Amino acid sequence: MNAAAVRVRDLKRTFTVKGVLNGVDLDIARGEFVALLGRSGSGKSTLLRALAGIDHEAKGTGEIALPSKSAVIFQDARLLPWLRVLDNILLGQSNAARPRGVQALEEVGLAGREHSWPHELSGGEQQRVALARALVRDPALLLADEPFGALDALTRIQMHDLLRHLSARHRPAVLLVTHDIDEALALADRIVLLEDGRIAADIQVAGRGDRTLIALQRKRLLAMLGVTEGPQPRDA
Amino acid sequence: MNVHSGDILAAPSTLTSPQRRAPLGPGIPSRRGHLLGPGLLLLYWAVLSLTGWLDPRTLPAPWTALTMGAELLREGRLQTNLAVSAARATSGLLVGGLAGVSFAFLSGLSLLGGYVIDGVVQLKRGIPILAIIPFMVLWLGIGEPMKIAVIAVAAFFPIYIQTHSALRAIDLRYVELAETLGLSRWQFLTRIVIPGALPGFLLGLRFGATAAWLALVVVEQLNATSGIGYMVTLARNYAQTDVMLVGLVVYALLGFGTDAAIRWAERRMLGWRRTLGR
Repeated sequence: MNAAAVRVRDLKRTFTVKGVLNGVDLDIARGEFVALLGRSGSGKSTLLRALAGIDHEAKGTGEIALPSKSAVIFQDARLLPWLRVLDNILLGQSNAARPRGVQALEEVGLAGREHSWPHELSGGEQQRVALARALVRDPALLLADEPFGALDALTRIQMHDLLRHLSARHRPAVLLVTHDIDEALALADRIVLLEDGRIAADIQVAGRGDRTLIALQRKRLLAMLGVTEGPQPRDA
Repeated sequence: MNVHSGDILAAPSTLTSPQRRAPLGPGIPSRRGHLLGPGLLLLYWAVLSLTGWLDPRTLPAPWTALTMGAELLREGRLQTNLAVSAARATSGLLVGGLAGVSFAFLSGLSLLGGYVIDGVVQLKRGIPILAIIPFMVLWLGIGEPMKIAVIAVAAFFPIYIQTHSALRAIDLRYVELAETLGLSRWQFLTRIVIPGALPGFLLGLRFGATAAWLALVVVEQLNATSGIGYMVTLARNYAQTDVMLVGLVVYALLGFGTDAAIRWAERRMLGWRRTLGR
């Protein structure tokens, strides 16, 4: 494995309200796609917010080393309603980045929508704009906090393809927080299971495209999360 | 009862074409819709005057206001007084507005500013503007500075309060976004804070402009040698109800015009918003 992009050591976080981290160690290699899986309240969002540097309300200790260029995608697209699409993408960037913004918009399949208002776009399109906003920053680390959680199932599948395609092309290290095992298996090179603020398992995803292998890993992950599936009709 | 049960249709159908639900929104607004209410009022007034139900000594007919207004224009009294009044109101609104916005930003964006300024403003809010006029006269005399100061104070409060609460209401998620995008303080201010607070500021400006006109009427009747209020006060001394009426109509037009102008600016500047009442 090549040099680390992300290094986390003994990270602890407590909140007055919710979410705890109890000594998390995590390394993500450059270009590696890691899915952070866990039940709600396991601390996965807490970890992501700590990495994004937006957990001001938390108290804690530990060491975090990150690449200087990182980008965050939230569950909501979080576009500013008073800026047109392209201005949202270029928020905080210099005017020289304009061609890159147009290009990023094209890459997420929204060419020509530069001057639309955010409210004129569908939820999936808004999330694509958020993706373009991350892309234009050319991040070495992409942090995504359940970015597809609010989308409908069909749009989600399209977004999976888009994210897989884009991350293969730009090779940022990715940390994707999700509670969806299938999403994790479909996208990640590695799945990190978080439970009660600790890393409970760290699994390399093997054999993408091999359905039986994926089904096996899915079953294992579900068992680790304490979910037992009843007998289901399976298409063999 | 099903209306089309049987006689024309061969088989009585249980299918009915769905009735389109009446929309809950108010519908598509007409551009000149705002004129309807004032128009009806004018009509009512004209009918009362025509039929003689309204004694001209109580309230002259609407057309009297027009003919008298035309005469005052010919004499040049109306436009000189109007210019003086408009200048007073504008400078008062400008001073009060600038102060309101600056203090709102100071107290909305810094903790210390909030503790110091907002507390004082909330305290002062309880005192009616008319009650401070005696003090204003004591401190600033009875000349122009006092008049402009009273108008400025009147305009300050709504502008401060609306801008301040709009600043406080800026979504924390946008603040998080700004942090993750690495925005500078200046970029945060210009791209997120100011556009986010603009609707509140414009609302405050509308209230502030109304308050400024109101304060103008009061200070011009207090002690003045020029202005619409002076013209009206003078006319009252000679029981010239028609001149008084012209003054009233001018005030109404000014207030209506200012509000319409700000609303127009609102529509231009807040084109990104989708609301019920556009």
